[in-house]
Amino acid sequence: MITVTINKKNYDLDIDPETPLLWVLRDVIGLVGTKYGCGVAQCGACVVHLNGEAVRSCVTKISRAAGQKVVTIEGLSEKNDHPLQKAWMEVDVVQCGYCQAGQIMAAAVLLRENKNPTDDDIDKALEGNICRCGTYLRIKKAIHLAAAMQRKNVKG
Amino acid sequence: MEQSKPTQTRRSFLKASFLAGGGLLISFTWIPESGLADPVKNIDNPAPWNELTGYIKITPDNIVKILNPNPEFGQNVMTSLPMIVAEELDADWQKVVIEMGPHDNVKLGPQFTGGSNSVRMYWRPLREAGAAARNMLMQAAAETWSAPIEEVTTKGGMVYHQKSGKSGTYGSFATKASSLPIPKGVKLKEVKDFKVIRSSQKNVEGLKIITGKPLFGLDYKHEGMLIAMIEHPPAFGMKLKSFDAAEALKMPGIKDVFQQQLYEDGFEQGGFDTRTFNDLLVVVGKTTWEVMNARKKLKVAWEPTGDTKDTMGGRNGKREVVVPGALETTTAQLEKMQAYAKQPAQQLRKDGDPETAFKNAAHVIERTYTAPFLAHNCLEPINFFAHVTDEKALLVGPLQAPGWTEPTLAKILKLPADKIDIQMTRMGGGFGRRAYGHYLIEAALISKKIKAPVKLIYTREDDMTYGIYRPMYMATYRAALDANKNLIAFHVKGGGIPEHAIHANRFPAGAVDNYLAEGWQIPSNITIGAFRAPRSNFNAAAEQSFLDELAEAMGKDPIDLRLELLKRAKENPVGKNNDYDADRYAGVLKLVKEKSGWGNTENSKYSRGVAAYFCHNSYAAHVVDIVIKNNKPYVERVFSAMDCGIVINPDAASNMVEGAVVDGIGNAFYGKLTHKDGAAEQNNFNRYRMIRHSEAPKKIEVHFVQNDKDPTGLGEPPFPPVFGAVANALYKSTNKRYYSQPFMTEALQQINNRKKSF
Repeated sequence: MITVTINKKNYDLDIDPETPLLWVLRDVIGLVGTKYGCGVAQCGACVVHLNGEAVRSCVTKISRAAGQKVVTIEGLSEKNDHPLQKAWMEVDVVQCGYCQAGQIMAAAVLLRENKNPTDDDIDKALEGNICRCGTYLRIKKAIHLAAAMQRKNVKG
Repeated sequence: MEQSKPTQTRRSFLKASFLAGGGLLISFTWIPESGLADPVKNIDNPAPWNELTGYIKITPDNIVKILNPNPEFGQNVMTSLPMIVAEELDADWQKVVIEMGPHDNVKLGPQFTGGSNSVRMYWRPLREAGAAARNMLMQAAAETWSAPIEEVTTKGGMVYHQKSGKSGTYGSFATKASSLPIPKGVKLKEVKDFKVIRSSQKNVEGLKIITGKPLFGLDYKHEGMLIAMIEHPPAFGMKLKSFDAAEALKMPGIKDVFQQQLYEDGFEQGGFDTRTFNDLLVVVGKTTWEVMNARKKLKVAWEPTGDTKDTMGGRNGKREVVVPGALETTTAQLEKMQAYAKQPAQQLRKDGDPETAFKNAAHVIERTYTAPFLAHNCLEPINFFAHVTDEKALLVGPLQAPGWTEPTLAKILKLPADKIDIQMTRMGGGFGRRAYGHYLIEAALISKKIKAPVKLIYTREDDMTYGIYRPMYMATYRAALDANKNLIAFHVKGGGIPEHAIHANRFPAGAVDNYLAEGWQIPSNITIGAFRAPRSNFNAAAEQSFLDELAEAMGKDPIDLRLELLKRAKENPVGKNNDYDADRYAGVLKLVKEKSGWGNTENSKYSRGVAAYFCHNSYAAHVVDIVIKNNKPYVERVFSAMDCGIVINPDAASNMVEGAVVDGIGNAFYGKLTHKDGAAEQNNFNRYRMIRHSEAPKKIEVHFVQNDKDPTGLGEPPFPPVFGAVANALYKSTNKRYYSQPFMTEALQQINNRKKSF
């Protein structure tokens, strides 16, 4: 039995400990916001937070998450109001939308660590996140906007 | 649900119906053959194009629902098509509810996303449907208020009678409106009066996407659903010989392992029935991970297919095609192409006397361009859900052309079309790949065999190595100049595996007195399919690079040379059937010249390249600015000029162009799928190089030619000329011309060589 906290909810899972967190989320728990894109940690569509760090859930065994806290896109904010989500809407980033949860989850860790990231900081933090539709410029714009919103909130 | 008699308006059949529980429903069915407004022949259109449909629903409690008729794969039709309806309906866009329409071949007719046609094809019928509904609501209000309809106005989903001060919501008149006859000849809005169209509206599914709601095919769940995967041969030209599933069947969660034939021998394939492998080795289990694991335990023997025969149906009647069985290798394919390029080819167009002109030329320039196979690499891998019983079939998933897949499915399942329910999910990319519905058929056959609902999933590796690629291309361009460096003849001879890319009637055809276009092709077992701007995506790279080199040889500015040729094509066109409007083509070049500050000295720190192209009824031009960053060429800025007529949703349209530019840069620099002994050498993103964040430009400035022409598409047209512009900028940057895609490896060598020589 493996116990994992996902989006503040505890799950007791009777499951092969080798199972990637991605497939536990999608097939077992039914949280499908985390996407399968490559299965080999190359595309970033499956990024979630494990104890606050961005990990690629397609190569993260569920055993590694035992007793830990996992946050997925569904749990990023309670009212869909994380600055990144608001900025993503404002900039109207998405095209097909498939990669965007992974992009946002990777960006969320960056924004927590770096209140005012430069273009280069964003490039480095999100280099592992492919957007097949090519919305990279808008993602960058949205991250800068979210950073500005976040700074304003802290000041205000 | 009762229905009124259908009424034919100019281009569409409208039907009004009562909704159960009251309210109005307007449905429309459009016969596109009568409605092609564009003077340009759309030769990229697939043939089996019948009718398109959609719905407006207005309930008594004033919910205005617009069903989006066309599949959504990121081109934003979920937003732009309902915007067109809302405009004429005069609805309050912020309150409109938008849903994806189901596919229903009997009631609704085929729906299709591709060829950059969604907006273009739906423009008239959606406007007419919206206008008719608005008129009926006004009529209902006028009758209720005993006022002449001329005195009734609408605004934001409300009906008003100014004289009496009366007003009401659309919902309050919906039931009455539904009993009225459909009005004929309702006047559409003047372009200048548009309120929703031409104002930027946010993606209607944006919030669902950024909060992780289930939207995509892979997210779809169904009671009792199993997961299936197909173990396909490791190489093109191989097939299943035998298998031992004893170990796999012992793995946890595994239900079944079996062999399944996709098409029966002699099955008559339509144009979009392309499939690579016919003998399927299927593994079915409870969860994705369990099935993935069980696959590793399969013991499979493969054998060469040898030459095989496919039976093709279609407009030209039934014919047999031999698919060669050889296991192909990229280097050998290139050698073969070079040999074919020297042989006589099929003449596609000839104007004047090109042979004599070349013979008499003072100077001949000849260049040969090549491009590799490309995989679509939609980020959501191929998948489809199926639940098939003896009586009916439910299919749910990502599909660009349900109307083409359904007849095939009906034939194979031996079910009438009205027993087949295909529901379309949002697609995690399409780019042409999901027009080929073999995976839907596969899912259906698997479900039928195991008598259970099932989702077929391709892993990334399955997806990338399956085939249905952008073809491998080669083209040789020749230009003849007289002693005064005037262009007197132009010749293109293009080929490909397994088809060539030449559009013989495109620019510069029509602009040169002596012109020859020829094509050749080499059959192959590597399957191909439409890939974002099919054929154009190679032509615009090769031709636009060649024109750049030609301009240099003629001592002309590359934009000026194009404008001169277009002027000639307009004033005194050569030949017939020239497939472009020279004014609009020149228009985007002039716009990009102005907006990019072409020739301005402040831009001299950039290595600049320009290219333009016309395809899928829209015009595109780009100026690409390259710098060397960390010893690598980097496209830092791009200026884009587009002419797609009226721009429905400007900010989303810019997004589409930005994406096409990034996609173009990525594929021009890196896109490549190579083979050794029939096996793909790239099977995931560790070896198939995609453009990433740091390689996207800092700035892409998108400009649209402002005109009131009926809108045309935007998904494809901005993509092809990016390749040419990148190649031309790369020449300025590294002092070397690039003829073979992708360019990056050669560009890096050149940069390193130059560094060494200093």
